[in-house]
Amino acid sequence: MSETSSQRVVIVGAGPAGIRAAAALVEAGLHPVVIDEGHCAGGQIYRRPPAGFTRTAEQLYGPEAPKARALHMLFDRLAKEGRLTHCAASSVIAAQEGRLHVLGEGRVQMIGYDRLILATGASDRVAPVPGWQNAGVYSLGAAQIALKAQGVALGRRIVLMGSGPLLTLVGAQLVKAGADVAAVLDTSPWRQQMRGAVWGLAARPLVALRGMVLRARLGGRYHADVTLERIEADEQGVAAMRWRDPGGREHRTPCDMIGMGWHLRAETHLADLVGCTFTYDEQWRQWLPRTDQMGRAGNGVYLAGDGVRLLGADGAEIAGRLAAAACLADLGIPASATGVDLRKLARLERFARGLAYAFPWPAAMARALPDEAVVCRCENVTAGAVRQSVDFGGGEANRVKSLSRVGMGRCQGRYCQLAAVELVAAQAGCAADAVGRFRGQAPVRPAPVGAFLRDG
Amino acid sequence: MITAGRIVRLAERDRAEVYFFLDGQICSALAGDTVLTAMLASGHALRKSEFGPEPRAGFCLMGACQDCWVWQDEGPRIRACSAFVTQGMRLHTTQPESWT
Repeated sequence: MSETSSQRVVIVGAGPAGIRAAAALVEAGLHPVVIDEGHCAGGQIYRRPPAGFTRTAEQLYGPEAPKARALHMLFDRLAKEGRLTHCAASSVIAAQEGRLHVLGEGRVQMIGYDRLILATGASDRVAPVPGWQNAGVYSLGAAQIALKAQGVALGRRIVLMGSGPLLTLVGAQLVKAGADVAAVLDTSPWRQQMRGAVWGLAARPLVALRGMVLRARLGGRYHADVTLERIEADEQGVAAMRWRDPGGREHRTPCDMIGMGWHLRAETHLADLVGCTFTYDEQWRQWLPRTDQMGRAGNGVYLAGDGVRLLGADGAEIAGRLAAAACLADLGIPASATGVDLRKLARLERFARGLAYAFPWPAAMARALPDEAVVCRCENVTAGAVRQSVDFGGGEANRVKSLSRVGMGRCQGRYCQLAAVELVAAQAGCAADAVGRFRGQAPVRPAPVGAFLRDG
Repeated sequence: MITAGRIVRLAERDRAEVYFFLDGQICSALAGDTVLTAMLASGHALRKSEFGPEPRAGFCLMGACQDCWVWQDEGPRIRACSAFVTQGMRLHTTQPESWT
């Protein structure tokens, strides 16, 4: 075995980026270890239902079925042939001195690496709406996962709200599956969506047109430029959504389930733990790890997919190949040419810019939250508590975190940080990036103490 | 199958039935259901919030929000969105006495 092929390369995440990175490394003669939280590879977008489910790839993934099938078959083949090691249903909870602490089957094991490719993906970018702590409020991604991986709707009468491609897609998928979707409430104004659509059509005409067809299928359920007022609840959970149309007229839509989301938030906790530097991205209104074009973050760490640049599944496949190519180049192993992939990625970047413009983050809504509204769902920290902590201790993210406990709950700020930053910026009278970001802390997923004890 | 809880089954209904206990009551689910699906097919919530009066029923379904941890009679607490229901499982929406 040559010196380079004994290099331990570990990939975290087996979505489109992780799978493509793994395949490129295998092709070059390496044997990567792939750690993933899923029971089988595919990630969230190409998530597979459990054994015994019978819907076809076409039913599950629509026009993306060939891509999903290709990725699943590729990964399963490489795993079966023993050309990679797949740690399924396992979470990396910490990283220290070239070792990952991996939680799976109730215990923690150490996995060492020389090079690390993080393909940790993204989750819904959510903003608090008064009442969102009640049972029956879910992320848009959750509504889609429930349908795809379990064949269920999370309520009998559904309101979807937010903005972004997923809002339209999940709405259309639920309607098609026979769910009762009462309303789809988009906070983005038509005019802004139209301007964004011009970028989108220029960069990816088919994808943009497909989105418009799906939107048309929502018919009268769809409302643009709405103001989200509050979620009404009874003792069982969600009871109705209160909202206003662009004319200022008030509406009350009875429902028992709400799905919400404003595009995506990159999952960056592990990148933080391994020492990546971050920059505030004005376009996505969030902190993203810094890399070169190929995904190199330095110190033998590479990032690919939605965890670093929010380009969606197609972009993630390309970024996975590029990160692997960068890793191979740094190991002195010849890899395939990257020019075509880099050009494709640039086109997807243009498309993503159009999306970010068309479906903006509702900063003003977050800043105007009433004092009694819950910002952190984990510990019911209110907007008022966040504002008070700013008055007391100033407008720095981690100070606000320790004073108010916003971002300190079990999700570790994944679902409250971005809104909390807007609140802090408004209260302190500064820009969102001046507030800073919550430092990542290990373990990045809750881990039972017993898992460490058994490890000895 | 019409369910008594929050969840509506739209597809994949032709699976073997599985029995489990929810707060001591026997309930049925389908093989391949997550604990979250199974519990919400029979009820409206997974647990009570520790910090407020409201019940909780999960949020992200992808293991990121940690809203869906539930108790078992025996064995560790589990994240309902990522664990599968098994025959005879004894699940609780509140912390069982044996835990205190």
